This record gives sequence, structure tokens and C-alpha cells, in this order.
Amino acid sequence: MKLNRNLSQRLGFGLISLMATLTVIPIIVVVIYIITQGGGAISLQFLSGFPHDGMRQGGIMPAIVGTFYLTLGTAIFSVPLGVAAAIYLAEYAADNWLTRTIRIAIINLSGIPSVVYGLFGLGLFVLFLKFGTSILSASLTLSIMTLPVIISTSEEALRAVPQAFRTVSISLGATRWQTIRRIVLPEALPGIITGVILGLERAAGETAPILFTGAAFFLPRLPNSVFDATMALPYHLFVISTQVPEMPFQIQYGTALVLIAFVLGMNLIATVVRSRARARRQW
Amino acid sequence: MESNLGWKEYLITRAIRVAGYSAIVFVTLIFYFLLREGLPTLAEVKLTELFALRWYPIEKYFGILPLISGSLIVTLGAALIAIPFGIGTAVFISEIAPRWAREILKPLVELLGGLPSVVLGFLGILVLAPKLRLLLNLPTGLTALTGSLLLGAIAVPTVVSVAEDALDSVPRSYREGAWALGATRWQTIWRVTLPAARSGVLTAVMLGVGRAIGETMTVMMVTGNAPVLVTSLGGLFSPVRTMTATIAAEMGEVANGSVHYHTLFFIGMVLFIISLIVNVTASAVVFRSQKRAERVLS
Repeated sequence: MKLNRNLSQRLGFGLISLMATLTVIPIIVVVIYIITQGGGAISLQFLSGFPHDGMRQGGIMPAIVGTFYLTLGTAIFSVPLGVAAAIYLAEYAADNWLTRTIRIAIINLSGIPSVVYGLFGLGLFVLFLKFGTSILSASLTLSIMTLPVIISTSEEALRAVPQAFRTVSISLGATRWQTIRRIVLPEALPGIITGVILGLERAAGETAPILFTGAAFFLPRLPNSVFDATMALPYHLFVISTQVPEMPFQIQYGTALVLIAFVLGMNLIATVVRSRARARRQW
Repeated sequence: MESNLGWKEYLITRAIRVAGYSAIVFVTLIFYFLLREGLPTLAEVKLTELFALRWYPIEKYFGILPLISGSLIVTLGAALIAIPFGIGTAVFISEIAPRWAREILKPLVELLGGLPSVVLGFLGILVLAPKLRLLLNLPTGLTALTGSLLLGAIAVPTVVSVAEDALDSVPRSYREGAWALGATRWQTIWRVTLPAARSGVLTAVMLGVGRAIGETMTVMMVTGNAPVLVTSLGGLFSPVRTMTATIAAEMGEVANGSVHYHTLFFIGMVLFIISLIVNVTASAVVFRSQKRAERVLS
């Protein structure tokens, strides 16, 4: 009986450890594989040149710049709105049906398939508001998709600030907003930044929401205004891996490498901000 | 000065309140636009034609059953991978792993969650599909199975993080009680911790499945895009096409306001409603279990 118990424990632990290992190893393999396969493609010319010869030669600069524009545009819309919504939920909202409805709405926003965001962006921004297939439409679409991530992580950061900070500030005669602005927000800032970067990271890597709202197959120049369509890294990777025959592998892997470097670089920044803030925290 | 401050405070508070309501506004707007563009389908395509077996829009066949069956089979395959591996990894991280292993595993799983789906689709086309084709001796490697494997990987981080939260929130005293009664660590995990966390684990599974149904780029790239009705599990080994992939692949080429356009929005509406049901149910499970925890603690 005793042996049996120990045996089952050993089997169980072995099985679980094996599963965790099998989950993690492919992740490492994938990242290393892309780095080794794509590393050779990376050169100054690849990063700063336009694609030519039907995208089979040259660089991917317009796609890099486009993804940068889209991420920036997403940040402009989603950060103020998301952080303000988080402040409302953490500092103002009463525990009533309206707040519960807001929470359910946020959960739903986070679950809506990315391609449905694309449809919505097409219906509202591209056609109804007549922004056309543009950086503006794509950024707005991505912003709404990013909103739930920013709201929930920022709210968590705000709630982590001890209640005593607020009580003391108010007792010294500060108003509620002054307390939030001068005391709560600065304390919660690293957490908010982490959440914002994680949200934007997701937006930067998405393809489906920009398919019909702002992504261009190929552009011989950079976009001139927010009403122009733009190339973008994820869409470009999709195009050169499915739509262009006889595409050189090296350019494909190189593009994939730049994309994951962009996305994982943001992830790394978020992790560093979070761990430094944790180390510095005194409460 | 005083009144000036009061005004500013009033305006800012108002703006914050409006921002707080924005999530409700957006969900409503999304649903409204899907209805507005999708509902005309019901007037243009007969219900019997809509729920028919053939999707071939050029010839005016708008049967969406093959697409629904495609989504179901790919999601089923993904769930069969993501549920055991996701829960297994969560149990390992939360209950078994030494601290150093946890510090390595958690960021790696987060890293998987951060990989753009288009990158996984790309690797699926170039690496996974040819391997599977040779291994299983299939005519093409672009099958539902390929999609399931990659979608499983995409759903794993969601399952792991939600399930791990659920396991973490099981009070330590439950475990200590079990150990004190002579249970082994494995028996404690299997008979005490996991059952205590079951509502959270269930939520993890639902959110993971929801993530898989809604995933677009990967499935569009690797499942072969053949709108064929799947009638058995054998369909895993042939090309299929999901609802999400159909929208993504065809929306770029349709005329605005055409029947095809409306039908694609109709499919989007179906996806929206599925995700609504999944998420409301998942959050209801969470709310209920919170209440139960409050009862137990009080």
C-alpha cells in the first residue's frame, strides 16, 4: 500500500513534469530556430531598404515603419482611454450592477475574435465614418482590441496602492483627483506601463484586425498621412509566406525574426519595468 | 482659485466616468455593426440555403455548415492538446516545480502567449506541415490536424495562466490539512487542490477554447482552406476551412453591400455570439465561486 502510494506519486509527478517540459521545449526550439534561420538575412540594407522584384529582394523597412506607426497610433487612442477607465473602476466605481456590467463588457471585449474586430473596424471606421483603409482606421480598431488588456492591468496596479496612501492624502486636504494625480498614479505607474506595453505588444503582432482596415499588400513609398494605408510586419509576413510564389526562405525567416524581435523586445521592456519597480517598492 | 479647482476636478471626474463606461459602449457598437451588416443576410439567403452543406460564394452557394464544422473539428483538436498540457503545466508551476524552475517556466509560457499567430502559421507552413505530411503519409500537410496542433499551442498560455491563478488561490490550509491526514503530495494535488480549484480550472478551459475558436491567421495559413463538411474525426487529416479563416480570406475581395459581404458579417455575428456565451459563462463561474469562497471564509 505504502509502495503503491509512493509509486503513484512518482508516476504522477513524472507525468506532470513531462507535460510541462513538452510544453516549454517547443517554445525554446521555435525561437532559436527563427533566430538561426533568419539571422543571416538581417543586414542594414534589409532593415532600411524597400522591397523590390515582387518583394523577393530588398528590405522590409516600410513594414517596420508601418508597424511602428500602427503601434504608436494604437497607443495614442488606447492609453488615455484605458488608463482613465481603470482609474474609474479602481477609484470611483461603486459596487453595483453598472460596474458589474462594465466588467462583463471588458471580459467580452477581451474574448472577441481578432477577425471580428477587423469586421467591426471595416463597418465603423472604414465605411461608416469614411476614414478609408488607413492607418487611422487600423489604429482605432487595434485600440479597442487593446483596451481590455490596458484596463485590467492598470486597474490591478492602481488597486495595489495601499488604501492608507489615499486616506492620508485626503486627510491633508487634497481633493480626490489631486490624490489620484499626485499620490496614486505615480505609485501605480510602473504597473500601468507594464500593462500598456503588454497590450501594445499584442496589437503590434496582430494581423486579422488590420487586414481590411489599413494593411497594404505592397507600397513603393512610406505613408504620407494617417489616411494612407500602410505595410505592416505581421501582414507582410503573411503575404510573403502565402501569396508570393518562390519567395526566398531567408527573407521570410528574416521578416519573422524582425517581427518577434519587435514583439519580444517590448515584452522584455515590460518585464524589466515590472521587476525594477518590485525591487524598489517600499510597501 | 478655489472655484477654478472645483471646475477642473468636476470636468476630470466626468471624463474619467465616461471613459469607464467606454467598454460597454464598444461592445454595444461592435454588436450593432455586426447586426447591421450581417442581418440582411437573412432576407437575402433562405435559411435552408444558409444552413446548407455547400460554401461556394461565386456560384451563390452560401451554406455555412462546412465552415462551422471546420471550426469545430480544429477547435476540438486544439482543446485535446491545450487542456491536458495547459492544466499539467499549471499544476507543475504551482504545485511541484522548485522556485528556480518556476522562474524559468512562467516567462517562457508568457513568451509563447506573446508570439504573433502569423509567426506560428508561417512555421506551420514551412516546418510542421511538410513533417506531418511525410509522417502520416498524407497528400497534403495543410490539414485540420496541423491547425489543431498550432491552435493548441496558442491556447496553452491562456489555460496555464488562468488555471495557475485558480490553483494559487486555493488556501494553503487545504493542502496542509491533507498532508496532516497522511496524504502524499500527489494525492493532495489530485484529490484536494485540483477539485478545490475546479471552477477556476473550468474557466481556464473555457477561455482557452474560446481563444482557439476565434484564432484566425494561423488556421487560415495551415488548414488548407477547403470548405468541406467534416462528418467524422477522420476529417482531422484533410483540409478544412474555419469560420474565422473564411472571413479573413474573402472579405478583402467582396463588393461592399453584396450578399457575400453580408454573409461574412453574419458569420462574424455568429462568432461574436459564441465568444459572448463563452465569456459570460466563464465569468459567471468565477463570480459564483468567489461567492462560495466568501461564504466559506465568513
